[in-house]
Amino acid sequence: MAIALIYGDSAPRSVNANPQGDNLWINSADLRSAAGWELKPEGVCKGDVCVPIPPARSGEFVRDSGKSFNLAAFGRLMGQPVLHDDKNAVWMFGESSESRDNTLASLEAPDFELPDLDGRMHRLSDYRGKKVLLAAWASW
Amino acid sequence: MIAVALDTAGAPAVRDFIRPASVEMPALLKDIMGWDDAALGRAGVPSYPCLIDQKHITGELYQFINVPMVVWIDENGRIVRPTEPAGVMDGVRSLDPTTFTLPKDVVEEGKRQRREYIDAIRDWVNKGDKSIYVLSADEARRRSPRSDAQDALASANFRLGEYLFEIGKRDDALVYFAEARRLRPESWSYKRQTWELEQAGKAAGPEFFAEVMALGDKHYYEPVELRPRSS
Repeated sequence: MAIALIYGDSAPRSVNANPQGDNLWINSADLRSAAGWELKPEGVCKGDVCVPIPPARSGEFVRDSGKSFNLAAFGRLMGQPVLHDDKNAVWMFGESSESRDNTLASLEAPDFELPDLDGRMHRLSDYRGKKVLLAAWASW
Repeated sequence: MIAVALDTAGAPAVRDFIRPASVEMPALLKDIMGWDDAALGRAGVPSYPCLIDQKHITGELYQFINVPMVVWIDENGRIVRPTEPAGVMDGVRSLDPTTFTLPKDVVEEGKRQRREYIDAIRDWVNKGDKSIYVLSADEARRRSPRSDAQDALASANFRLGEYLFEIGKRDDALVYFAEARRLRPESWSYKRQTWELEQAGKAAGPEFFAEVMALGDKHYYEPVELRPRSS
């Protein structure tokens, strides 16, 4: 079935998946486009980072001779909050608290891109070379 | 300066707060706390980008749990003062919710704190890293917002609610919004944004004031240590 997958700060995307309770099985070949990870012999990898699958729990993560991958189990292994709204077929994989803290502790200002009132996009990193006072407010 | 409006309702909601030629502070703050354009030196067309953050992307990245909050970022993209309330104080707790007025001494103290904060920004602009208001890396890290697993779960609930709201599943969205508020009660951004999505005006309505008054010895805005070093 098709689900809406929200993974980290990525935009929602439609993914073919097999949800089973708190587990979300997807085609391993879709892992990269869905979540940015790849299944390799050494583990689940993104760039230079590879996370080994605990050997004693491999059935929790991989089945069908490696063709199916449980993205929810992996999210929980990574400390990500994993939510699913079955009525609307939406799965949400948030960012772990450790990742959030590490980002700010690095003191590198996290980049973002947002539109102004005219719809023109602005990226924070475009302002390198200038001091930036980033001020948040709201209408509410 | 980059001004970011955390508004799920998007540009229309923000435009309501912007005059034809200048950025307007949120009316509530402007009226009760005494902000004025002359003090901020922005009585004219803003020369800085005013961005719309419908999905609270910056709110999550920088942990803006209330507004107004600011972050100081130097020329190299390095945070030299992490997220903090910008020249505001807990005066809102002295507000008369029926007349929207504050005691005069609270208004004056608010103005003094804002002047002090704006002077600190000017000092940074003029002196750069030599400004006494620029924090050491250790101090900046110490002051950086931290989140635990419950905060991360609150964020996921807020984001899921925001997505459902966006696709028209309002009632389903409100369930996740309520859970986000429950998990992270210190986030006034979650409270006020989601209340406002429930019902226009609720963000500054009786529920808001009741929660502010119920804070007890907790702060609405954490006090800012403006001067980091003995100087």
